[in-house]
Amino acid sequence: MGRMPSQHSPDDRIAILQGTLDLLILKTLVLGQRHGQGIARSIQRQSEEVFFVDHGSLYLALQRLEDKRWISAKWGVSENNRKARFYSLTAKGREQLLEKTSEWQRLTRAMGLILDGGSSREEV
Amino acid sequence: MFRRRRRADDFAEEIKSHLELEADELRSEGLSEDEAHRRARVEFGNVQTAQERFYLRSRVLWFDNLLRDVKFAIRQLVRNPSFAVVAILVLALGIGASVAIFAFVDAALLEPLPYSNPNRLMAVSESSVESPRWPLSYPDFLDWKAQNKSFTSLDVYSWSGFLLSAGSGAEPVRAMRVSGGFFQALGVHPMLGRDFNPGEDRPGGPNVVILSYGTWVHRFGARLNLIGQTVDLDNNAYTIIGVLPRSFSFAPGGNAEFWTPINVLSPHEHSRTFYPFLGIGRLRDGITAQSAQTEITAIAKQLQREYGITGRDLSANVAPLSEVVVGDVQPILLTLLGGAGLLLLIAYVNVSSLVLVRSENRRREIAVRGALGATRARLVKQFVTEGLLLAAFGTGAGIILAAVLIRLLARLVPKDMASNMPFLDGVGPNAHTVAFSAGIALLAALLLAATPVLRLSFQRVRDGLSEGGRGASSQLWRRLGANLVVVELAIAVVLLAGAGLLGRSFYQLLHVPLGFDPNHLATVEVAVPGAVYTASGQATELYREVVSRASSLPGVESAGLTRMLPVQCNCPTDGIRIEGRPYHGEHNEVNERHVNASYLPTLKARLVRGRFFTEADDSSMPGVAVINQALARKYFPGQDPIGQSIADDEGGRPSEWQIVGVVDDIHEGPLDLDIAPTEYFSVNQTGDHNFTLVVRSSQDAGALLPMLVSMLHQIDPGLGVSDEATMIDEIDATQAALLHRFSAWLVGGFAAMALILGIVGLYGVIAYSVSQRTREIGVRMALGAQRRSVYGLVMQQAGWLTAAGLAIGLICSIGTSVLIRSLLFGVQAWDAVTLVSVALLLGLASMSASFLPARRAASVNPVEALRAE
Repeated sequence: MGRMPSQHSPDDRIAILQGTLDLLILKTLVLGQRHGQGIARSIQRQSEEVFFVDHGSLYLALQRLEDKRWISAKWGVSENNRKARFYSLTAKGREQLLEKTSEWQRLTRAMGLILDGGSSREEV
Repeated sequence: MFRRRRRADDFAEEIKSHLELEADELRSEGLSEDEAHRRARVEFGNVQTAQERFYLRSRVLWFDNLLRDVKFAIRQLVRNPSFAVVAILVLALGIGASVAIFAFVDAALLEPLPYSNPNRLMAVSESSVESPRWPLSYPDFLDWKAQNKSFTSLDVYSWSGFLLSAGSGAEPVRAMRVSGGFFQALGVHPMLGRDFNPGEDRPGGPNVVILSYGTWVHRFGARLNLIGQTVDLDNNAYTIIGVLPRSFSFAPGGNAEFWTPINVLSPHEHSRTFYPFLGIGRLRDGITAQSAQTEITAIAKQLQREYGITGRDLSANVAPLSEVVVGDVQPILLTLLGGAGLLLLIAYVNVSSLVLVRSENRRREIAVRGALGATRARLVKQFVTEGLLLAAFGTGAGIILAAVLIRLLARLVPKDMASNMPFLDGVGPNAHTVAFSAGIALLAALLLAATPVLRLSFQRVRDGLSEGGRGASSQLWRRLGANLVVVELAIAVVLLAGAGLLGRSFYQLLHVPLGFDPNHLATVEVAVPGAVYTASGQATELYREVVSRASSLPGVESAGLTRMLPVQCNCPTDGIRIEGRPYHGEHNEVNERHVNASYLPTLKARLVRGRFFTEADDSSMPGVAVINQALARKYFPGQDPIGQSIADDEGGRPSEWQIVGVVDDIHEGPLDLDIAPTEYFSVNQTGDHNFTLVVRSSQDAGALLPMLVSMLHQIDPGLGVSDEATMIDEIDATQAALLHRFSAWLVGGFAAMALILGIVGLYGVIAYSVSQRTREIGVRMALGAQRRSVYGLVMQQAGWLTAAGLAIGLICSIGTSVLIRSLLFGVQAWDAVTLVSVALLLGLASMSASFLPARRAASVNPVEALRAE
């Protein structure tokens, strides 16, 4: 989905996989409402700066989730008195988070099995 | 479900706030003001792109897709224009015909009466065994009106005519006599002046008249100051008190120009057994036609007992006025609607099978696109779009065609008849026709969209990739296509049979024995001013002069006079009894005709016994009568009627008539009715005024008409001369002839189109099947099959389909013919000649349609057919 930013990042950050951004956003919002910039920072920080968040994609994803009513948004004021749009999880979003998380865990386990298993067989 | 879309500037605002928050954070990490802003921007990426993407995602996606599908569908249709044109034309034909016919049906059957609350208006009349709508006598009307509790108002009307004195002489005009509340009952108010005042319709009331709109415009120049002025009718001054609105029409009144209250009654009209009036009543709320009929019948029976009226078993008839207005046209309209519906069905089937063939031919294209990743939904959507597009174009063309057809059909209805069908003015676009068209269009869309989708779901897309593809799919198409063709052929048979029966009815009708020679006869209606020719001798002199001057015109063989032309109406009638037989007031109804001595010879009527009238049979002599054979058979079975006497009970004339002759039956009534007993009296003994001049010419009768008119005006400019026409035209213009001609031609047209569509469909199936079997045929021929047996192979397939279509169609057509039997005349619904002819016609047409593909099959070169793989 995401169009890559025009300037190529020189560092070793990874562009977020298609479909995983939604999950990351939902996860970030579990702890309470946040604005877009906060979400982007949080994802980068929690992934130990491995993930690179394309901000354009992030805001479109937020919009999409809002349209699906997984999250809701309202304008408010940040700690440092800036006007910002705050997002929070809805009940539907919470459900989706659980579902997507388990899906993702199954996927990574399966990927791990194959990738690890494949290499060990090659050694024979 | 739909919440307000977020606006782009709100989104821009959010991005702006993001950049500030980011800059704040960077500053707190120790960057300078400028650096923090710059870094925030760089981190964010391209703000413009983000906003653009936000804008793009909010566009309506389905609309974009639809646009793309429509473009694609148009490209597909344009790539194969013959398919598109044929499909659209066929659809337009079916849709056009049915919408046009429906417009008439709607106008006639759904909205026939331009009055307020028309469904509460009832036609009220007496009812006898012979006729369910037996008119009312004036005394009965007054009593019914006074005694009934079912109607809020009860009124009567009756036809009449006047001689209108105009500058150029006298002109006969049509008029209606109505009781005072007539217009009020209909809910019609004069647009100028006033309605009749209470009491103006009582005997001795003033001479007042209300004009029709057309009369006001054409005769009086639409003058606004006309009200209160007088007009000379029958040499009496009538005060014009009102003008009816333009939209007003009263079907039973035809094109009556003058409306007068019933305030002068002839001596007959005072009698309880003289029945010249027809009633209309407005039902009280909560009263049904049925209960009104019960009440009126009870009143009628009571009156008959009270006044000792015996013999005629009359009860009352209360029926919706719309039924009376529409009555004759209803079966023909329903038949036409049925015909149009069948044509529409055949058109649908035809186009569906075209679409099927096409999707069959595009099997590989579909397979390729499927293999390239188009989802089934995507493919289905494209076919649906194509179907919808075809349906839209077809419907559009169909509606244009319908508009043209409506004009053409309305023009086919002769003016005289159209004036009896005021609902014809209402034919055109209205809520009903629009809804009907929309329904038909929707059906077409569904059908055209569903057919290829069904086809797609039967087929596994990737099967299409395998070369040749003689799989289950072509088998399926062959079967489906073949079934559809059987349906088409069966419908064509039904329509052909219907057209054949109606055509034969029309032919029979035109060849009903008339009892006279209608060729070379010219007729003119003459109204004689009663105030001028007062003494009966004066009228007799006039008759003699008219006949003698007409006879001496060049080319004229003979001339005669009658009160009523033949083939028009079983009216007026007379109730007779036979002298010397016990009479208990039985009602012996016979046609009554007043003719002069030369009339029957002029018609070339055949004298069976006795003599015709002579000039000597005048008022100085005892009354004489000539009767027709039907009367002789009915009232003098096994006797010689000559010398016997019949009597009637109407005053003012000799009431006894000695029978001097028997004439072979002349068809006096409408063509589709049986010959009724008829008595002829000498016009010199009946004291008539108005007459119709009938002249036999040795040449073209039409050329004689202007000469007759000027001759009559020379004799007396005060004579009203009208309706000059040849006898043939008069007969052709009768309702019976018109209705039968109309239905025969229209259903014939539908049948012809159905035949063409059915045969084209058959050709398509056979040709397609041959093209699919080329290899098989090649193999057969390589193995030694003769060309003759290849012919046989193909023709046999066509033969089976035709036979199935014929069998189903013939069975159905017997059913439909029974439905239209009220339109049939002189033919049975299961008329063998018609059915066999239809079978032969369709069989021959099918065989010739399949001959071409059979020839192509037989000329297959086996080497090439096998190499082509």
